[in-house]
Amino acid sequence: MTAEPSDPAPFAWTRKHLLGLEELSREEITAILDTAEAFSEVSNRSRKKVPALQGRIVFNLFFENSTRTRTSFSLAAKRLSADVQDFSANVSSISKGETFIDTAKNIEAMGCDVMVVRHPTPGAPHLLSQHVQSSIINAGDGAHEHPTQGLLDLMTIRRAKGSFEGLTVALLGDIAHSRVARSNIWGLLKLGAKVILCGPPTLVPRSMERLGCEVAYHLDEILPRCDVVNVLRIQFERQQRGLFPSVGEYSQFYMMTRERVRKAKDDLLILAPGPINRGVELTPEVADGDHSAILDQVHNGLAVRMAVLYFLSGKNPDAE
Amino acid sequence: MPTIQITGGRVIDPSRDLDATGDVWIRDGKIAPDGGGEPADTVVDARGLIVAPGLIDVHVHLREPGQEEDETIATGAAAALAGGVTTVACMPNTLPPIDTQAAAEFVVLQGQRARQANVYPVGCVSKGREGKEMATLGQLVAGGAVAFTDDGAPVSNAGLMRRALEYSKMFNLVIMQHCQVMELTDGGVMNEGFESTRLGLGGMPAAAEDIMVARDIRLAEITGGRLHVQHISTARAVELVREGKKRGIRVTAEACPHHFSLTDDRLRTFDSNFKMNPPLRTAEDVAAVIEGLKDDTIEILCTDHAPHAREKKMRELDHAPFGIVGLETLLPITVTHLIEPGHLTWPQAIRKLTINAANLLNLPRKGTLRPGADADVTVIDPALAWTVEAARLRSKSKNTPYDGWRVRGRAHTVIVGGEIRYALGGADDVA
Amino acid sequence: MASREVLLSDEGRIAGLVAEMARRIWTGAAGDPPVRLIGVRARGVPLAERLAAEAAKLGFQAVAVGAVDITLYRDDLEQARRWPVLRGTEIPFDVDGADLVIVDDVLYTGRTTRAAINAVCDLGRPSRIRLAVLVDRGGRELPIRPDVVGLVVEADRRDRVQVRLRPFDAADEIVRMPAELAPPGPGRSLS
Repeated sequence: MTAEPSDPAPFAWTRKHLLGLEELSREEITAILDTAEAFSEVSNRSRKKVPALQGRIVFNLFFENSTRTRTSFSLAAKRLSADVQDFSANVSSISKGETFIDTAKNIEAMGCDVMVVRHPTPGAPHLLSQHVQSSIINAGDGAHEHPTQGLLDLMTIRRAKGSFEGLTVALLGDIAHSRVARSNIWGLLKLGAKVILCGPPTLVPRSMERLGCEVAYHLDEILPRCDVVNVLRIQFERQQRGLFPSVGEYSQFYMMTRERVRKAKDDLLILAPGPINRGVELTPEVADGDHSAILDQVHNGLAVRMAVLYFLSGKNPDAE
Repeated sequence: MPTIQITGGRVIDPSRDLDATGDVWIRDGKIAPDGGGEPADTVVDARGLIVAPGLIDVHVHLREPGQEEDETIATGAAAALAGGVTTVACMPNTLPPIDTQAAAEFVVLQGQRARQANVYPVGCVSKGREGKEMATLGQLVAGGAVAFTDDGAPVSNAGLMRRALEYSKMFNLVIMQHCQVMELTDGGVMNEGFESTRLGLGGMPAAAEDIMVARDIRLAEITGGRLHVQHISTARAVELVREGKKRGIRVTAEACPHHFSLTDDRLRTFDSNFKMNPPLRTAEDVAAVIEGLKDDTIEILCTDHAPHAREKKMRELDHAPFGIVGLETLLPITVTHLIEPGHLTWPQAIRKLTINAANLLNLPRKGTLRPGADADVTVIDPALAWTVEAARLRSKSKNTPYDGWRVRGRAHTVIVGGEIRYALGGADDVA
Repeated sequence: MASREVLLSDEGRIAGLVAEMARRIWTGAAGDPPVRLIGVRARGVPLAERLAAEAAKLGFQAVAVGAVDITLYRDDLEQARRWPVLRGTEIPFDVDGADLVIVDDVLYTGRTTRAAINAVCDLGRPSRIRLAVLVDRGGRELPIRPDVVGLVVEADRRDRVQVRLRPFDAADEIVRMPAELAPPGPGRSLS
């Protein structure tokens, strides 16, 4: 190590927070994916732990339930030897007195280096980043972004397909209310993929075309062109709000079935951010079939979150 | 009472189509034709400054009674003076709302006690602002109300709106309507469009405003009542008001600085100081609002001054209340965004801030420098460049989207009822 | 700038040093368990590959070579201004019971070696670990001593000793220069 490696692509991470993929450059996204590949090896060891973040404290600050994401972040932090503490709060109880910012400041007073924040309101992690010293990782803010989910989807696609150039990726379902969709859109477009947004008009706003995506209402028309389909979860309360007439009708138009997969490319890759509704977005045989990368996504999620925690734990030169 | 001579200024009094260098005399709380041969007790040197009738803001929220942590009538009326505003009409969405004579009298009384800007109450259209039964409009008038509105929310019930427009004719007062179809804005925090889609935030479509404006213009037409469209913000709504006027319907409209100086992409910072209702719209809407101001479709400039204490406003966007303070930035944003770019001349802008507002509220002795009128005068330094600093605002709340903006134009001396109540850099000007 | 650089070894000399290092690593080696090499990223890796090539000439074919990224084990990670992209640890063999040689280009404070030992031991329990370095420039801060050394260099603390190896660099050479001339890297040097 006397001679610093003359890296083929010298890159230095400079951000203090990870708030969304919209703000990241292609180089930054690639650096996270490359580093996540390196961390992927750690998960395969018998001793699944490295000392990188010894003595650091990571708080999971969840104002909305999400056992999966929280568990993935916890495990990622633990594999880096950080201490992890969960803090779950009910937003409605918080709104009565103590504000969300007060809550975060209280937690920071206990000692905290990284806050992993899940909140139902878009922009809540941004707001927090202006009021606390810790690094903030957005673990999902309303319908805005879910950057680590976007990154793990990108990693899964890159592992299966090698690169993004020339790739056509469809995001399927409730785009309007999906943070996963937005993070996917930013990441995929930056890395050079073509993105199709597919779902009923009430859930796929036309204005998304201005981001550079194609908007389609009929899955059967676009599926043969797709290399990847990312199947978003449908929330049943949307049906109650009149955004689509019935779950059955939705499934008829948009469920990934064996028949549909048969008409798609042979190497179609199917992602689903989970938790999935079997028999609504995907049939069980598709969810568990050869095209499905659902479990790879979970594995990659851990590696991506380790990479993000690793980068954000470095000293921010701007903060000095 | 001491006499005042304001000397050497550019006197702009649109009520008399006056724009000339000259003196304004004040005696016994009224505008006087001249000094009557006597030297004035106080002389205000207005050379290089503009002398205008005291500015009138037809749309402010002073939060008293009920939310004094946000603003009081005294602090709001003081903020008005610092902004060059001598008269405010305050909205009735207080706790409890101003829906009775006693409640209106309370506002008048608190305004008199404060001795800052003149404060007039606007009464509710419906009892309890519930949108069901008409409030006692006549008793509200007896208590001092100068107009009616359920602002903060629209009068959604078309039947009630129709009756209110009809009934209010007996007082010749306006129904001010917050035009919004609530069924279309449920869960919305910003304008619906590309930006809301991009940010994942709930949208409020422009159509929600347009549809209500269209409905109410039609109701004004069939009733002959006076409809005033509050804080107009969409291109189509401006067009509808223009058409209505052309057809001779009694409809007026007001626009606020944020709707001609800011667009919805500001929400990208997720800063709740850009959250208001109606929301910031698109560049096309801003252009249409400016066009409406130019051709007098929109005859009034006002603020929708909506103070919120920091702990309420500095929250997640879904939980932060709508609204921003505006009294102290009304004048400079008008100067930098309407006058300097050449959209309006000084006399045109001052007309929208004075005589047109006085006419809207039926205040014959306000908004003019005609001899015998109330001696409310705003002396403006049109060239003064300064930086808006939220922390230095006089309003109790600091929720401005203009913090740090470099602007031009500021109140220099403000006279209310023949009394100098504010002087820039004076003892009463902490800033 | 180049004039203040002192060339300590050129390409030919380095080839000789590597051949001699290989001879000493495999002297007396029985072949069971086989000697396996682990290069410390970055330049320990091509060096390990060259040693493996030399071993072939000595009759030890297909020596397995792995790579260790010590970034996560650095004791100065806290102070690093910017954290580098991980290149990752890639060791294509089981380290349990293995006879390992950790290979690095320059040995200085010993901290890199300490990190490399920890990183390797997190993967299993080798029967033996030796240390082979192309250059020992002295200045140790930990009780670490190389088993095989190519070149011993007397260097002042203010000096920087740099090994350049293809394919990372344009040429193979060992140079000494004043530290202030050294190009800034993404992280602080441990050596």
